[in-house]
Amino acid sequence: MYEGAVQDLIDELGRLPGVGPKGAQRIAFHLLQSDPSDVERLVATLTAVKERVRFCELCFNVAEAERCRICQDPRRDPSAICVVEEPKDVVAIERTREFRGRYHVLGGAISPIDGVGPDDLHVRELVARLSDSAVEEVIIATDPNLEGEATASYLSRLLKDVGVRVSRLASGLPVGGDLEYADEVTLGRAFEGRRLLNA
Amino acid sequence: MPLYRDQAIVLRTYKLGEADRIVVALARNLGRIRVVGKGVRRTKSRFGARLEPGMVVDLQCFEGRNLDTVTQAVTLETYGDTLSQDYVAWTAACSMLETAERLTEDRVPALQHYLLLQGALRSLAHQEHDPGLVLDAYLLRALAISGWAPSFYDCAKCGAAGPHAAFHIVAGGSVCPACRPPGSAAPAPETLRLLAALLSGDWAIADAADERHRREGAGLTAAFLQWHLERGIRSLRMVER
Repeated sequence: MYEGAVQDLIDELGRLPGVGPKGAQRIAFHLLQSDPSDVERLVATLTAVKERVRFCELCFNVAEAERCRICQDPRRDPSAICVVEEPKDVVAIERTREFRGRYHVLGGAISPIDGVGPDDLHVRELVARLSDSAVEEVIIATDPNLEGEATASYLSRLLKDVGVRVSRLASGLPVGGDLEYADEVTLGRAFEGRRLLNA
Repeated sequence: MPLYRDQAIVLRTYKLGEADRIVVALARNLGRIRVVGKGVRRTKSRFGARLEPGMVVDLQCFEGRNLDTVTQAVTLETYGDTLSQDYVAWTAACSMLETAERLTEDRVPALQHYLLLQGALRSLAHQEHDPGLVLDAYLLRALAISGWAPSFYDCAKCGAAGPHAAFHIVAGGSVCPACRPPGSAAPAPETLRLLAALLSGDWAIADAADERHRREGAGLTAAFLQWHLERGIRSLRMVER
């Protein structure tokens, strides 16, 4: 146990996800030994994040205004909405440069065991967005695990009568892997989602 | 015993660190176990898909100081994958998995619970009966295995032959007019017949039950479960019936 401010800093850092007691201690002593201007910059950044960053009123992605950068961009295709679980999934899809539509962040996945149901997510807001006639397709890009699949099956059932095309990201073999190491579920989905090469 | 192997049903998972998961599973011989799946959240993981709730796997684990680590997992049944495609069945399966976790203890063999859960998941995945009925049958039988079998015919207090009109959860089920505590429920006789059929596995009667009696039976089952577990099953309120 350290005294006063050092221990307080270690305790606060230890509350961060993925930071254990040893890691917290290491970061704390790194900060103690750092240049004061570096620490001030870190403090200013943390303060600015809490002051300026909020959630987009339309898609619930992180934003610094009422609407996020993507929702404000007139060049984005308004006819396609990609539904993801978390803001970090938006970043992952943006990195592909394959999707030019807009997003909707649910804020998680349906997980009955954890007490998370459809009412705890931004599902109602998604349905409200679809009343805009410009939307023609909803692409469900929830995580490829069973909670993500269950969320996708719930959404596809909910949106069945809305009159938009509902699609799901393909599941299958990762690029750069060996077929023999693929598990049965992944390989089965790869077979289900196979595509014609000579069409 | 640094390495051990057992068949197991994955009950739930928790995220751990960057890409790992803590997997809670009901093992055939060992009972409830908690193991770590290293790197299973990465898309290139060899057994990430096998360690999802509702999957039946042949696990090989290495004993660690606190938590054991999964070294191999071979799929035996992919009930979880099948059930996640059907939202109603998935919510029922989640309630079963949560109940199994609550009714079993770490490293205490629970073969009957394992076999019951596997059978219930199989029935759900193969769409043999209505998911709500399968769930209620599972809950009643799981309670019976744990020593809390409700009585739907004879009086739960004095054993007087039934059928009786009153039902009291704290008393343990149907109660005769002499034993009937104040505040006892008076469910429809058809509801008690349905619940008895679900407990004994008489599916002809259960499948023929109408919606009103199924709903009433589900309410009594949930209340009975909550009374004995002292805390509600969170996923039960999300089951679509």
